[in-house]
Amino acid sequence: MATVPTSAATLTTTPATPRSTLLSIRNVAKSFGKNVVLREISLEIAEGEFLTILGESGSGKTTLLRIVAGFESASSGEVWMGDERLDRQPPYRRRVNTVFQHYALFPHLTVEQNVGYGLRVAGRPEAEIASRVAEALEKVRMTQHAKSKPSKISGGQQQRVALARALVNRPRLLLLDEPLSALDANLRRQMQVELKSLQREVGIAFVFVTHDQEEAMVMSDRIALLRSGELEQIATPREIYSQPATAYVAQFIGHTNLLQCEVRQGEVHCGALSWPAQLPEGPALFSLRPESIQVAATKPATPSYVRVRGRLLQQAFHGATELIRVQCPGGLVLTVRTPSGAGIPDEVDLEFSPASAVPVRQSPGRN
Amino acid sequence: MFSRAYKTIVTVPPLLWVTVFLLIPYLLMFCYSFWSVSPAQTIVRSWDLANYQTLFRVNVYWQTLLRSMWIAARVTIFSLLLGYPLAYFLSFYAGKRKDLLYQLVIIPLWVSYLVRAYAWKTILGSDGVLNTLLQYLHLARHPLEFLLYSPFAVVLTLTHIYTPFAFLPIYAALEHIPRNLVEASHDLGATPAQTFWKVIFPLSIPGVVAGATFAFVLSLGDFLAPLLLGGPSGIMISNIVVSLFGAAYNWPLGAAISLCMLALVVSLLFLSERLEKKWSFS
Repeated sequence: MATVPTSAATLTTTPATPRSTLLSIRNVAKSFGKNVVLREISLEIAEGEFLTILGESGSGKTTLLRIVAGFESASSGEVWMGDERLDRQPPYRRRVNTVFQHYALFPHLTVEQNVGYGLRVAGRPEAEIASRVAEALEKVRMTQHAKSKPSKISGGQQQRVALARALVNRPRLLLLDEPLSALDANLRRQMQVELKSLQREVGIAFVFVTHDQEEAMVMSDRIALLRSGELEQIATPREIYSQPATAYVAQFIGHTNLLQCEVRQGEVHCGALSWPAQLPEGPALFSLRPESIQVAATKPATPSYVRVRGRLLQQAFHGATELIRVQCPGGLVLTVRTPSGAGIPDEVDLEFSPASAVPVRQSPGRN
Repeated sequence: MFSRAYKTIVTVPPLLWVTVFLLIPYLLMFCYSFWSVSPAQTIVRSWDLANYQTLFRVNVYWQTLLRSMWIAARVTIFSLLLGYPLAYFLSFYAGKRKDLLYQLVIIPLWVSYLVRAYAWKTILGSDGVLNTLLQYLHLARHPLEFLLYSPFAVVLTLTHIYTPFAFLPIYAALEHIPRNLVEASHDLGATPAQTFWKVIFPLSIPGVVAGATFAFVLSLGDFLAPLLLGGPSGIMISNIVVSLFGAAYNWPLGAAISLCMLALVVSLLFLSERLEKKWSFS
């Protein structure tokens, strides 16, 4: 898995004012025969929000999107847009548009006709269609390809046409089903930035489905992490990274050290480590990010920090940083992120702030 | 790469086959079409266009050719009208029963042509199933004579026989339409009817052209159905060719008519290929 920069680079500005709810998904469940794909999903999407549904393949993320679009019906639960119940309506009556994974451009129509399709079936006057199509193509910089057939343009260009075709209808909500997965890495990063700025420009709520956590972090206002058809956590990228709710979330988003600990009398014990914490007695699980651990200098340790000495096992170069694995007493192996080029001795002192060890719930084992 | 000897061994037999069984017979036919028959019933190798002139001057020949085309055109239209909805239903709505229904469409192709033609004879005859039923229900006082030994019987039988040939390419074309295009169309606000006419039908045109070509070409050259069920008013051009090569013993004229039909069919195939290319996008 690609590394997540320590800063968890995000293009988003934190949503300032609470926005009104646009779409609400209420207790939606779906099963195909015996195979349960979604279990009681509830979530709300605000006007103008960029929400990413993140999950591995088979997590049910695409099914959830297809239920909102209307290509799939929920086994139970409801989908509401404002005071209008969406899940009872056929897809062609919903004010929702989709950008499909493989774009699904009509091969027999030109770029221009593809973009104008929605307006044409809605019976808009030709003059209006022409001007809105021209405007939409302008926005995605595809004007010079207006008369081309989809097979004659590149994947990135098809992507833009698919976007224009959806946005020209001025939907209240745009669904995007892994729209960047077919593009190569460079183009993909470029499209992430373009897509995000386009979203801010048009102000339409986006629901973006992806399996790529880095993509989710870069683009989203909020991330909903799905696992085996269940919602693990829904939060802003920063929050989901710094305050993961479960062990699964902590591991899925970036690297982490999962510490199996025991709480006794206000103290957390983990192998040779211990630090004070106000937690109920018993076993507990902590997530400690590699960048939260420092290689301690010879100077006196920060008083409240947890300090441990270990033996260097492995060093992996990641550009600006390196990930080192350190064998600590009690069988504990910690992964630590250090600046590149810092000379690491074989015997190394590590320290971290107790506050950076985040208690997480154990995710129930499921398949 | 393959050796020269290997290439020769592989290419020679099919070439030989095509030469002996296609090219030479066609060449012979071509020659025959310029020759003539003497009053003493011998072939005279005189080179002229008399046979082609006969074909266009003698009413019975060109009229029968036109009638054959008209019958083939009707068969084509009815085959498409039956085959398209069937293919559409199977491809889009049959769900789990798709494979079974597909087999049911294909199985009749394994039944002998003669059996199917005779079946219609027993159904349409004056004391056949249909007439007996109509009289029993007092819907007809006398057996309906036009049912059998008429162009109607020929069109009906040929439609029955060639509908699967129209169905197959249409079904293949419909199966090739990515389903996300249909979803995209609905997503953009198109009703199912709009989606059909703006997306599904245009993308199935290559299949329709191929199916129409099959139905037309096959029924144009048919001679068994008109022989068994056509009667005097339902004979087709192939029946004339058969009799010219047989009882009438006029091979030169038969060859000339055959070559005209061949030219017609080849130009149709050429046209249909152009059309299919124009409407395929991949």
